[in-house]
Amino acid sequence: MYVIVTGAGKVGVNLSRELIDQGHEVTLIESNRHRYLGVEQLLEHNVLYGDASELWVLERAGIERADMVVAVTGDDEDNILICQVAKEKYSVDRIIARVNNPSNRPHFDLLGIKPVISATDLILRLLEHEVPHRNLIRLLDLEEEEIEIIEVRIGSDSPIVGRTVGAVGLPEHTLVISIIRDGHGFVPSADSEFKAGDDILVVLDPEREEDLKRALGHEKARSKPG
Amino acid sequence: MYVLIVGCGRVGSNVARSMLADGHTVSCLDQDPESHNRLEVGMDITWEEAGGLFTVGTALESEALETAGIERADAFVAATNGDNTNIVISQIAQRRYAVETVIARILDPLRAEWYREQGLHTICPTRIAIEMLEDKLRLAAGSGPGGEEA
Repeated sequence: MYVIVTGAGKVGVNLSRELIDQGHEVTLIESNRHRYLGVEQLLEHNVLYGDASELWVLERAGIERADMVVAVTGDDEDNILICQVAKEKYSVDRIIARVNNPSNRPHFDLLGIKPVISATDLILRLLEHEVPHRNLIRLLDLEEEEIEIIEVRIGSDSPIVGRTVGAVGLPEHTLVISIIRDGHGFVPSADSEFKAGDDILVVLDPEREEDLKRALGHEKARSKPG
Repeated sequence: MYVLIVGCGRVGSNVARSMLADGHTVSCLDQDPESHNRLEVGMDITWEEAGGLFTVGTALESEALETAGIERADAFVAATNGDNTNIVISQIAQRRYAVETVIARILDPLRAEWYREQGLHTICPTRIAIEMLEDKLRLAAGSGPGGEEA
């Protein structure tokens, strides 16, 4: 496969090297003379000096026969332009664009540039898995004793809305100790009903947290923040 | 009409002043607050006193474009110092905001030519300079020694 990579930053250089190691033909285009000279030591004839948003530079790199163009410069405008001409002018089958600033993602969508990859978005998504969602607050965490108290917001799409504490059947080793509604908290009985927008306090074994989230429809609520 | 000019350099600022003098509503967007001074060159009142609008912001930020009034713009001029920026924001103005008249200043003749073929209204100062130089030289060649024309 013949791949043109634009932008010899860390991503561009490492990607090119990996692709070359895998036996692909690669041209890496870099417009900064200094950076080009540094990378040339490493990748030799696989690096081309020039501005990849200039059409003649892309042509000199052989874009007409490229199977793929990967635009990973630090400029979103440049990545958009390079992918747009690769796709629409030179009919390159596959393009991949890097989004540097996540707020520019809609521009890529608008101009039909896909797929896109954004390191910031990827890290944010990982963070969401690692860090408790803001709809779930850990009020008390007794690690040694393996018990915690959390506060969870009940979304309008939660399956427990409209059902009573007794009927819901939350996972074992979890107990709803309080419902906070309109700024007022009370200790529920078995026939207290959950309402959308309630904050509930739950004491539980930390290991049951995922089970509880599922039971509350919390997983679903995560994709719709607010 | 409402004219939004993105990029308040030599070109943008001059066009802005002319359009304001013609009686249009003119809004300028530039990421450099200092570029505001360029608008007031040769004027004895401030740009705002003259009725002009100025927003500091990056051209790619939808929020900045909206603050600068892109939603009610009848004409959009992309005159930043980056060809690719001008190409991208012109397409945004055209496709997302459906601005009626969109003009992009593109210095690189090759990019200007291809995007013109794709339906973008482009102005290429480099192309204009090339043609003028060629004309002058041909004229000199035609009238001076070594001229082939009769």
